[in-house]
Order: sequence, then structure tokens, then C-alpha cells
Amino acid sequence: MSAVSAKPFESSGLVRALVKYLNIFKASLIERLAYRADFLLGTFLRLLPLLTTILLWKAVYHSKDEISGYSFRQVVAYLLLVHVSRMFSSMPGLASGVARDIRDGNLKRYLIQPLDLMAYLLAYRMAHKVAYIVTSLPLYSVLFYFMGSFFDIPTDPKIYGAYVLALFLGFLIGFAFELSLGMLGFWFLEISSFLYLVNTVNFFVSGHFLPLDLLDPWVAATLKMLPMQYMAYFPAALFLGKIGNWDSIIFGISVEICWCVFFFLLARFSYRLGLRRYGAYGG
Amino acid sequence: MNETAIIRAEGLCRTYTVYEKQPGLIGSIRSLWNRKYRTVVAVDNVSFSVEPGEIVGFLGPNGAGKTTTLKMLSGLIYPSSGTASVLGFTPWERADSFRRQFSLVMGQKNQLWWDLPASDSFDLHREVYSLPKDRFQTVLGELIEMFEVSRLVRQPVRELSLGERMKMELIASLLHEPKVLLLDEPTIGLDVVAQQTIQRCLREYNRLKQATILLTSHYMRDVEALCKRVLVITNGKLVHDGPLATIVQRLGSIKQIRLQFAGESLPANIRLPESSRVQGTVVDLSVSRELVSETISRILEQHPVSDITVTDPPLEDVVARYFQETSEVPKT
Repeated sequence: MSAVSAKPFESSGLVRALVKYLNIFKASLIERLAYRADFLLGTFLRLLPLLTTILLWKAVYHSKDEISGYSFRQVVAYLLLVHVSRMFSSMPGLASGVARDIRDGNLKRYLIQPLDLMAYLLAYRMAHKVAYIVTSLPLYSVLFYFMGSFFDIPTDPKIYGAYVLALFLGFLIGFAFELSLGMLGFWFLEISSFLYLVNTVNFFVSGHFLPLDLLDPWVAATLKMLPMQYMAYFPAALFLGKIGNWDSIIFGISVEICWCVFFFLLARFSYRLGLRRYGAYGG
Repeated sequence: MNETAIIRAEGLCRTYTVYEKQPGLIGSIRSLWNRKYRTVVAVDNVSFSVEPGEIVGFLGPNGAGKTTTLKMLSGLIYPSSGTASVLGFTPWERADSFRRQFSLVMGQKNQLWWDLPASDSFDLHREVYSLPKDRFQTVLGELIEMFEVSRLVRQPVRELSLGERMKMELIASLLHEPKVLLLDEPTIGLDVVAQQTIQRCLREYNRLKQATILLTSHYMRDVEALCKRVLVITNGKLVHDGPLATIVQRLGSIKQIRLQFAGESLPANIRLPESSRVQGTVVDLSVSRELVSETISRILEQHPVSDITVTDPPLEDVVARYFQETSEVPKT
């Protein structure tokens, strides 16, 4: 036995923490899979409005072949891909859940157990996403199979790598963004209306509603500077080859990483600040 | 202060700033720009220490500052001033090595996954505390046996009764074998049988692991059954720290006598003190200790009595009176 391996755990606190949260991920996955029927139905219901949206766009494209470089086929493909983006970046109930935990005093769990709120919620959300994506995969497969004719499949395999990376980073941005919003619960009693407002605005500025390129050039340019575009527009546009050459893609992903770091720091900082105010109400 | 103490609080204070709304609609509108704040002292200069292995009861009326003190000792909130150390740590620094050694259980909160069996939550606990599998299995087995819940651990938590759920909560909080256990109303809302099981288990845990327990409870039975020493807190101030018996002696000079008279109705010519309660042929009297035998013999001489019991008044009454006395002390 060498001196190094004598204390395997103490020399690797980080590894131990990773193993811990990986196991929490596993345990949460089991918990989340209890709700798989609800996931499947939820996906189905979320896809229904897509039908009317496509019909609407068909009317828009009635007398035109192209708008701002998007053909009708590309817009439909974009709308489908945005659903995939949102599947990764949307965090239903995260901010409101954190705010509620603060208000009701359930936050205590993360304070008295050797458990970090952010790391735990991240592991839990990942489990949630995996359970959600796995259960709704059959539905998406069928959908993409039937709508395959709307896609120009990218030929460069690197695009797929960049796409998956952009989706994953989009998940992290969505997570840290919502978490930072939830921390407002330390200062305000009720934040649900505010969250509703943010979500509504986000629907437009993230490109969930339509490709940002279709807007006035200066509006589009402004929105592409905001972090919200990474929650919907960016991955979809990347897949459709709308971001541009590799330099633009690498630049876009670099900025995405920076936003990611920014929101994680913001969430951590507001959590620290909030805990100073925290009264652990509710018994 | 004793050097061996495992829990130590010195001059703990906690004040809250609360927003005071003026009553009514006009008050609501006015308070949009003119808010009045008031400072409430929840805990006022509280000092005490607890030795390893002690079970100490924390008594006081609602809002007296019991829970706030427990929250400071468990690191949930920061004190406004004063210091505390638990297991040698400052609680509100929340070191992981501190958090692995204690547990806080609040009777009104649950931490188990609602839709899954408790055993799944226990598994999560094992991960959170990074417990070795063998040790975890052994401890879990012991606890399941102790709390007599072997048939219930595979049942979704939402299907359990309140008492069963509380047992599961306690098991979850004991899995990492905490050396210090802080309990806030652990038996709230439970029936007598469940209360007694929990009392028995806490005593057993204390004995087996030499664990230190500090508990608040509304049920004096909990305190009577578990604690030799009590801390009494009113209006944020510690007003008593000592054996439970002292309070009872000081105020327990009253005895309760229950008389069951023979026959269909009460004797017509009976003279009873004003404070007595009459229900059919049963009469309850409160008499000071030295008058008990005299009172009973006087009644027995004159009337047919089929049954007599003499008891101490419920501890609730005793402590309530204690609270009244201590809060009536004129403030300077």
C-alpha cells in the first residue's frame, strides 16, 4: 500500500462529493419515474398547440417562399427544434419551489443536512430531465419520423456535437437562471406574478415563439445579446445552420458558457445573501 | 461554564424586525409608502449548557422563544448577538462535519418523499450523509425494530398515519447516529400510544448511543417521561434551569381529589368548596397538600363514598401557573 492510497477518501473530497450527488441523482431518478405517465401526457399536450401554429405559419407563407432567409419548411423544423431546446432549458416549478421552500421554512433541510441546495437541486433536476426525456422519447421519435421531410439533416457530424453541447449548456443556463429568480423569495413574500411575467417575456425573447431572425434586424441583434436566446433559439438555429460559420458557432458557445458561469455565481451569491436574512419561519 | 458541555449557549439574543400593518383598507393603502416596523425580541440573553448524554426539556408558552433557540443551535438562523457551540462547532457556520453529527426534527415538517415508501427516502439519506452500506443496514435494522415499523417501510408515505409518519421521520433523522438530537414538538398531534412509543424509542436511543437530546414539547407527558432537567423560557428569557421536580415542588402544593359518592345522587346536605367541579355523583376538588387528609376524613365521616383518588394536578396546569407568575414580575 502506498502512502497515497492509504487515505483514498480524504485525498479526494471532490470525488466523494461527486459520488454523493451522483447517487442522489440515481435516487431522484427512481422518484421521478413514479410520475412517468404524467410526463408522457404532458409532452403530448404541449405538442398539440404546435399543430395550430404550423397552420398559422402556412397562412403566413401563403404568398411568400422565404422570410428573412427562412423557408416554410425551415420555420416548421425550427418550431420542432425549439421544443427540444425547451425540453432541456425549461425548469417548471424550480423558482416557485425554491421561493416556497424559503417562505414555508422547508429550506432547513439544506441547512441542517450535509447537503448543498444548488448541487442537490441540480442533481434532482437532471434526474427530472432524464426521466422526462426518456419517457417522452417515443412520442418525439414518432413526431420526427413523420415530419422528417421538413428537415435538412446536417451533414457535418461536428454540428451534432455542437448541438448537444448547446442543449446541455442551455439546460445549465435555464437551471441557474430560474434558481436565481427563486432566490427573490428571500426578499419578497410572493413572486408568482413576477415569475409569470418573466416566463411570458421569455417566450418571445428566447425565440420560443418565432425565429429571432424574423424580427427587425436591430431587435434581433439586441435579443441575440441576451442570455435567453440560449434557452430556445440558439440550439435550434445551430442545428438548422443559421448561426453561420464555425467561428460564429464557437463564439456563440463561448458566450453561452460565460452566461452559464454568470448565473451560477448570481444564484450562489444571492443564496448567501438571502440566508443572512432568513428567519426559518413556519415552525 | 462547564468544560465538558456538548451544547453551550452564552448570551444568545435574536431580534426580528416585523412589519406592522395598520388595520383596515386605509391602513393597507397608507402602508404602501409609510411602513412601520417593530423590533421583536424573540430570544433575550439566553445562556445554558448541556452535558453529553443529558435529556433536557425546553418548556414555555407559544412564542416564548423555544423554537428560535433551537433554530440558532442547529444553525438555521444567525443570532443577533451571543455565541453558541454545539459539539465544538459554531452551528451557523454549518460545517459538514458538524451537520453529520446532529439532527433537528420538527414535528410539523416532513422531509420524506410523499409518494414513495419511506425506505426510498432512507436510501437517499444514506447518500446525503455518505454512510457506509453495512453500517447503514445495521442501524436501519435496529431502528425499524425499535420503532416497530417493519411492515410499513415499503408503503408509500402518504398512506401512513400521522403517528407512523412521525416514526419514519425520526428513523430518518437517526440513521446517521447523531450525537446531538434537537426535537421541536416531536409528538404534536399524536395519540397517547404513538406518543409513548416515541418516548420509549427516544429513551432507548439516548441510552444506547449516549446521545444528547434537547426537546420542546407541549405535552408535559413527554417532558415528564424523558427529562430530569428542564429549561423554562418565557418572553425570550430563561427563567428556570434545573430539575423538573423543583417546579413541581414549588407549585405542586395543590392536590386533586376525586370523590365518587355512593347512591343515585349527591347527598343533599353536602358542603363543597366553591372551586369544586360536580358531574353527577363525581366531585373534583383542589385542596392544598396539608389539608388533604383532613378534607377526606371530614367527608368520609358524613357521607357514603364509594371511591377516592388523590392525584397531582396535571403538569400543564403547574407550568401554566409558573408562566403566569414569572411573567407577572413587574418590568423595569
